[in-house]
Amino acid sequence: MSGPVLVLVAGDAGAPSRAALQAIGAARGLAEALGVPLEGVATADVADAARRYLPHVHRVEAPPHAAGWTAVLAAAQEARAASAVVLSATRSGAAVAPRVAVRTGGALLEDVVTLAADGGAVVGDRLAHLQRVRETVRATAAPAVVTTKVGAFAPADPAAAEGEVADLPLPADPAAPHVTVERTDAVAGDRVPLEEAPVVVTGGRGLGGAEAFDAWVVPLADALGGAVGATRAAVDAGWRPYDEQIGQTGRTVAPDVYLSLGVSGAVQHLSGMNRSGLIVAVDHDPDAPIFAHCDVGVVADAHAFAPALLAALKD
Amino acid sequence: MKIVTVVRRVPDVEARVEVDGGDVRVSGAAWSLDGMDEYGVEQALRMREGGLDAEVVALAVGPADTEEVLRTALAMGADRARLLVADDADVGDVLARARLLADAIREEGADLVLTGGKQADADSAALGPALAEHLGWPLADWTTHLELDGTQVRAVHDGDAGPETLAFALPAVVTTQQGLAEPRYPTLPNIMKAKRKPLDVADAPPATPVTNVVGRAPERRERARRMLDGSLEDQARELARVLREGAA
Ligand SMILES: Cc1cc2nc3c(=O)[nH]c(=O)nc-3n(C[C@H](O)[C@H](O)[C@H](O)COP(=O)(O)OP(=O)(O)OC[C@H]3O[C@@H](n4cnc5c(N)ncnc54)[C@H](O)[C@@H]3O)c2cc1C
Ligand SMILES: Nc1ncnc2c1ncn2[C@@H]1O[C@H](COP(=O)(O)O)[C@@H](O)[C@H]1O
Repeated sequence: MSGPVLVLVAGDAGAPSRAALQAIGAARGLAEALGVPLEGVATADVADAARRYLPHVHRVEAPPHAAGWTAVLAAAQEARAASAVVLSATRSGAAVAPRVAVRTGGALLEDVVTLAADGGAVVGDRLAHLQRVRETVRATAAPAVVTTKVGAFAPADPAAAEGEVADLPLPADPAAPHVTVERTDAVAGDRVPLEEAPVVVTGGRGLGGAEAFDAWVVPLADALGGAVGATRAAVDAGWRPYDEQIGQTGRTVAPDVYLSLGVSGAVQHLSGMNRSGLIVAVDHDPDAPIFAHCDVGVVADAHAFAPALLAALKD
Repeated sequence: MKIVTVVRRVPDVEARVEVDGGDVRVSGAAWSLDGMDEYGVEQALRMREGGLDAEVVALAVGPADTEEVLRTALAMGADRARLLVADDADVGDVLARARLLADAIREEGADLVLTGGKQADADSAALGPALAEHLGWPLADWTTHLELDGTQVRAVHDGDAGPETLAFALPAVVTTQQGLAEPRYPTLPNIMKAKRKPLDVADAPPATPVTNVVGRAPERRERARRMLDGSLEDQARELARVLREGAA
């Protein structure tokens, strides 16, 4: 196939999300390597902002639920005979991409950290075994449906010239399995979402209770312009909501700076944060496994150290 | 009503994972039932124990010794198990595995399929979505709460922006998330009983992979591992500097 690379430009409040800009960055590189055009797919609220990054943006109607994106992307792939479809491996992206690959008869490259072309084939590296093994995967069917790991690619810079936007009429999908969203409980507060945050401050069981999160973790995250994370132990204890959990069963983050307090560093936790830029760990046990996986370590009681750090940050 | 729980054998968390000439080798503790699949087995059992008239069937595609984790599912309380024998290298990828499983699920005439939200070996979250697509069924992924009312399902799952409540009708595919149902430990009598429960073993039909793994390497990022010293205040000041500059 020599059709374009299509990239889904997800966004909110009228702008592409940081994760979407990363997907655009990855897709741009792939389109160049394949020697094919790059085109975006976006809903009306994001299309105008998306044209700053892409030579052509297909404006589509927002489907009612994540599953609806399967029909939209599969139809867009067919309409454009796209050689690849690229989207970010957010929760919804990770759920939609396999369905698009099955529906289009294509290949799935899931959660890649690199993306390239090799003799016309799409190739990407991904991490397996709780992020301990790097696999190089080559698509042997077309189109290649690719999800890009959040944080793994540099966000795209705006292009030299603004692209054009045009409606892409797509056939409705009468056979779509029906899922109704009855209710969305968006994460409260005005802190940046975890996956988009440049800084993540995570607390673990070592903090001893919800009060310590309120007293130290939240203020530290605010002081650093970041988001709050938690380990499973902290979530299971009811100190923090599930959607702040980082790790195998939680979110995967790769902020510029990751600061953990009272987190031991279990493999299931490491697999959710070990691609972070700078990892800083505070734990009172010098033998805590996290110290083998950090750039800067502090052996201290979190209850004594956190206020000192807050004070130092305010200086 | 029939519930199929799709399970997988993964390296135990205590196992060391090494890459040897492009193959992944697992040493130390052996293999176990994927923790996220366990949530699915547990959820099926709880629905049955809650009064639902359901047969619970554990299903897997994998090498012959996947039998062990199917026995674990039986010991937890599943009624019956089925193994399609194929080496992972022959199955090739998650989409090919989903196709084999979807055919078996259709044969079973399942009403509800439960499987893990993310497999601990491939780090893949694609199995549930791919199954739903092959079957043409609704999907709830990363599900933390599941309720059945006849054939109507209400599920709470983790969406991009936080928890979402979804409504849909059976048949459907549901993938698990921590919090759905903390799995029980099989008791010794139930482990004994599981040995006599039916476990069908048959060769899997040929698979049709759409990707090829052309290389594997250990992923290790060297970290500076700099430990701060001095008084608490000194360390706090130095860490504040590091955090502001974003570099050690
Ligand atoms: C299927 C499965 C999935 C899982 N998924 C996840 C996941 O997504 N995310 C996750 O995090 N875990 C996950 N886990 C659990 C994981 O194995 C660990 O149990 C968990 O990460 C431990 O959390 P923790 O570090 O907060 O607690 P602990 O391991 O108990 O560590 C607490 C740390 O705090 C330190 N400490 C104690 N008091 C103080 C103090 N006053 N000051 C400073 N330090 C102190 C201790 O020295 C210790 O290092 C999963 C497990 C399974 C089986
Ligand atoms: N995903 C991971 N990221 C960083 N370190 C890890 C990860 N998984 C395991 N480790 C640690 O690496 C050490 C050796 O693991 P292994 O390489 O699996 O033998 C263990 O003590 C683990 O704590």
